[in-house]
Amino acid sequence: MDVILFLIFALIAVVCAINVVVQTHPISSALSLVGVMGSLAILYLLLGAEFIAAAQVIVYAGAIMVLFVFVIMLLNAGAETKKGRSYLIPGAPLLVVFLGLTAYYVQRLFPANTMVTFGGFTKGGPREIGEALFTTYLLPFEVTSVLILVAIVGAIVLARKEIE
Amino acid sequence: MMTAVPISWFLTLSAILFALGVAGFLFRRNIITVFMSIELMLNAVNLSFVTFSYQHKEVAGHLFTFFVMVVAAAEAAVGLAIILTVFKNRSTLNIDDVNSMKN
Amino acid sequence: MELLDSFIVISLIKAAVIFGVLMTTLAYLQWVERKVIAHVQVRPGPYRVGPHGLLQPLADVIKLITKEDLVPPYVNKLPYLAAPFLAITMALLSISVIPFGPEITVGPVKTFMQMTDLNIGVLFILAASSMGVYGIALAGWASNNKYSLIGGLRSSAQMISYELPMSLAIAAPLLISNTLSLRNLVEAQSGSILNWNILGGGQIVSFIIFIIAAFAETNRVPFDLPEAENELVAGFHTEYSSMKFASFFMAEYANMITVSAMATLLFLGGWKAPWSAEYGSSLVPAAIFGIAAAVLFYHGANAHRKRDKLTFPAFGAIFVVIAAIFLLPMVQGWLLPLFWFSAKTGGILFLFMWIRATLPRFRYDQLMGFTWKFLFPVAMLNLLVTAFLVAWFAK
Repeated sequence: MDVILFLIFALIAVVCAINVVVQTHPISSALSLVGVMGSLAILYLLLGAEFIAAAQVIVYAGAIMVLFVFVIMLLNAGAETKKGRSYLIPGAPLLVVFLGLTAYYVQRLFPANTMVTFGGFTKGGPREIGEALFTTYLLPFEVTSVLILVAIVGAIVLARKEIE
Repeated sequence: MMTAVPISWFLTLSAILFALGVAGFLFRRNIITVFMSIELMLNAVNLSFVTFSYQHKEVAGHLFTFFVMVVAAAEAAVGLAIILTVFKNRSTLNIDDVNSMKN
Repeated sequence: MELLDSFIVISLIKAAVIFGVLMTTLAYLQWVERKVIAHVQVRPGPYRVGPHGLLQPLADVIKLITKEDLVPPYVNKLPYLAAPFLAITMALLSISVIPFGPEITVGPVKTFMQMTDLNIGVLFILAASSMGVYGIALAGWASNNKYSLIGGLRSSAQMISYELPMSLAIAAPLLISNTLSLRNLVEAQSGSILNWNILGGGQIVSFIIFIIAAFAETNRVPFDLPEAENELVAGFHTEYSSMKFASFFMAEYANMITVSAMATLLFLGGWKAPWSAEYGSSLVPAAIFGIAAAVLFYHGANAHRKRDKLTFPAFGAIFVVIAAIFLLPMVQGWLLPLFWFSAKTGGILFLFMWIRATLPRFRYDQLMGFTWKFLFPVAMLNLLVTAFLVAWFAK
């Protein structure tokens, strides 16, 4: 059951990720990326990361990617006009070789002594995350809030209308 | 019939997604797609964080993922604002055309 | 394996029941809305099909199914076809974690009146509703029509903006109830009306913020700018016809039901009665239906029009039967919670319709200014105060 789930969603993730790279129209890429994020959220659930799975859908797929889609629609960005498909001829086989090598090394580095089963890790709920976040990781948490504030101010300054 | 997934499969998937992100980052010319490739790489890294979290039965990896998400949100806000400004000034989204400091 | 089998079977039955009830409710909600708006505007509303227009939803469904399914030649096919599917799926998905009542016993099986209880139930609903934006945004973009595009743009901007005060308003009662599971959330509010989060928790401010944000999230009047018909034709669904149009329509009503149910669960004590059964709360539904039946019998006896002489007593008899059913002890266990849940949810749904019949539409800059300059700071302040109070009393 776990293996089937993993294979299905891993396949969806990889196909969507390839689609992100090869689609010429940005909105198709954006939607494929949403597909990757959705299937990763399912895989997070498989790994027992319930809170992260929910945050992945809410923050990544539901907020960040909506912002992307919004900007693409706002700029009415068309498909890439310059033909840049020639890279696929040497690129695709090289990528496959590279991926094969990566997979081989990962398999060698991490021998299959740790098996993932659903329910094998149960500390990924909101309670545990919250406890760790507000005790051990309190300082990074506060720093990220400052980062967000800086980002908001920066985005407003960049995107504001010029006042003559 | 296997009943459990080896942890290396998750890491392999993460590596594949990361490599695809790098490929998109290098080969694509649309500034928005390049940006999305970066998000793809961040997602791939998040997957390995969560996987390591499972391996060590620790919650720390989840928190790293959480912070990556926060940083990605901030990055998206600023990055898209920059893209909007670039488009306003040059009316193009092709990164090859955005190659001079002056207009 | 037997456990798994029975779990799957029970889940399938529950899914079928919830789906069937939900679809009927969606169809009739639209009838109720037309009736309510009509009566607010002092006109009868749908009246031709069936008694008091009761078969109007059926006629609408037949009309929508048999209409020509038009795909304009200039649209982007794949996103155009995927958008209504996405909208309706995401709208129905969140219903699966909403609990309608407590644990019940049907024959040999003990089960909850809920598809499944997640320990991240609230987050799941937020996630599903945030994915619902794609349906509308994509529909607007794929239609290749400037009005649709503006509608889609407006809707995505509006939904991102109102999601923030909504999440903050949801967070405050969660702090009090100390759980993310919708079932435990309701159990924490059991007792009487004084234990509900809106009164006992003092969450009236977050309740109001939640309702306002819910109006914007579901694109309802006064925040229905994505489909403002006097400036955008019909907004994002201008190019859609037949069942694809119906999908958007159903998605809007399903979202309304979801947010109303959420408000009920978060603030109004879910399926709990407002006061305990020893003071007679279990007699309330029977009394309401009994009074309704009496009123109908009275008006049937003194009817001015000929057909009312028949229809009023007929409906009165139906109401008497319903009142009698509410008094049967063997069904009270599940019927009473269901009644209270439906009554509270229905009350909020009525609020949706009432406001649609009453208020004019916002201007777009007012809409954005309202959330960012007023709603968001108030929600933030409310959460802060709640957090301080919870920490204070926890000591």
